[in-house]
Amino acid sequence: MGALLSRDLRLAMRAGGGFGLGLAFFLLLAVLVPLGVGPEGGTLGRIAPGILWVGALLACLLSLDRIFALDFEDGSLDLLATSPMPLEAVVAVKALAHWMVTGVPLTLVAPVLGVLLNLPVEGYGWLVLSLALGTPALSVIGAFGAALVVGVKRGGLLLSLLVLPLYVPTLIFGAEVVKRGAAGLEVAVPLLLLAGITLAAGALLPFAAAAAIRINLR
Amino acid sequence: MELSVSDLAVARGGLRVLEGLSFRLAAGRALILRGPNGVGKTTLLRTLAGLQPPLVGQVSLPPEAIAYAAHADGLKAVLTVAENLEFWAAIHGTDRVGRALEEMNLVALRNRLAANLSAGQKRRLGLARLLVTGREMWLLDEPTVSLDAASVALFGGVVRAHLAAGGAALIATHIDLGLAEAEVLELGPYRAKSPAAGGARGDFDEVFG
Repeated sequence: MGALLSRDLRLAMRAGGGFGLGLAFFLLLAVLVPLGVGPEGGTLGRIAPGILWVGALLACLLSLDRIFALDFEDGSLDLLATSPMPLEAVVAVKALAHWMVTGVPLTLVAPVLGVLLNLPVEGYGWLVLSLALGTPALSVIGAFGAALVVGVKRGGLLLSLLVLPLYVPTLIFGAEVVKRGAAGLEVAVPLLLLAGITLAAGALLPFAAAAAIRINLR
Repeated sequence: MELSVSDLAVARGGLRVLEGLSFRLAAGRALILRGPNGVGKTTLLRTLAGLQPPLVGQVSLPPEAIAYAAHADGLKAVLTVAENLEFWAAIHGTDRVGRALEEMNLVALRNRLAANLSAGQKRRLGLARLLVTGREMWLLDEPTVSLDAASVALFGGVVRAHLAAGGAALIATHIDLGLAEAEVLELGPYRAKSPAAGGARGDFDEVFG
């Protein structure tokens, strides 16, 4: 398992691995939105939690189709399926690798972008916490979507359509945590629901994704 | 370890391509699959590898004995030759990378990126992966594609050594690997009758054959 994780991380870091893609998108969004919305009033600060969460979600979406498509094209997925490693573990490790190269950097860079978006001071801690709790769910749900479309040529569009509705609860509760935190309100309920989504996705979806891959490899 | 197949039928894309296939393959033996394009050699190998279920029939073979090598080698272009092999060795829990590099004549290339290998060198690396799996039953799909004569002879020697060590190999190939002891299984006679000829098997042949 460690071997697969370190291979995926290495592939992502090397040339053409798409490591910076999501991060660059997130950065661009956070730089452009203030220019588009304008400085007046508290508008920017009020919409900052939503913008940051939407940005993180779309940045995650950008690299989803790479999770399995590349391994399918070069035949590695067939070979992994016949290897001693259970396919469920392959899915879980690949989702983890995806989170480490997209979710973790997004979480770390988000407070900096919060400054650009005039996020109220009370919100920063909750922003980092909600992204740290919620982005693993984005990667696991995304891996499930990628497993459904593996083998479909240029399945990116289909993947986005399949995955976006599944991302909605994560987005709503994630942004809600930051909104309430920034306004100094109680955050326990959305925070617990967000953690619940992540745990449920992590526990169930690797099995569903492995089943989808087995069918798609036939 | 023995592979035994009885009354197997396999399908590709929902169409039955082979049926009534039975054979056995014991340790130390090799079996060459022959047949025209489209007869179902790849489909048969994928079924035996457990990647797709058979339509009917029995395959008895422990899944942990299989090393499958397809048309695609499963190589990562941005990893070096040694890194590619080390990954598969780690997945299979073996440490035979050095020996595999030697046997497939890749030692001089070990630190080169797979992207910079020639087609034949990539193929040799793909076949070296079989050695690091440490598994006994090799299922090989056209292993000699893009290999030159010297590499074919080299690979023939590797297969012979594998057989001598108690392994077995099922090989779909049109090229003579120089395996004198290998039996040949001609798949043509097991071709499934087309549904147009009526589900009843053999009607078409009885009328027109």
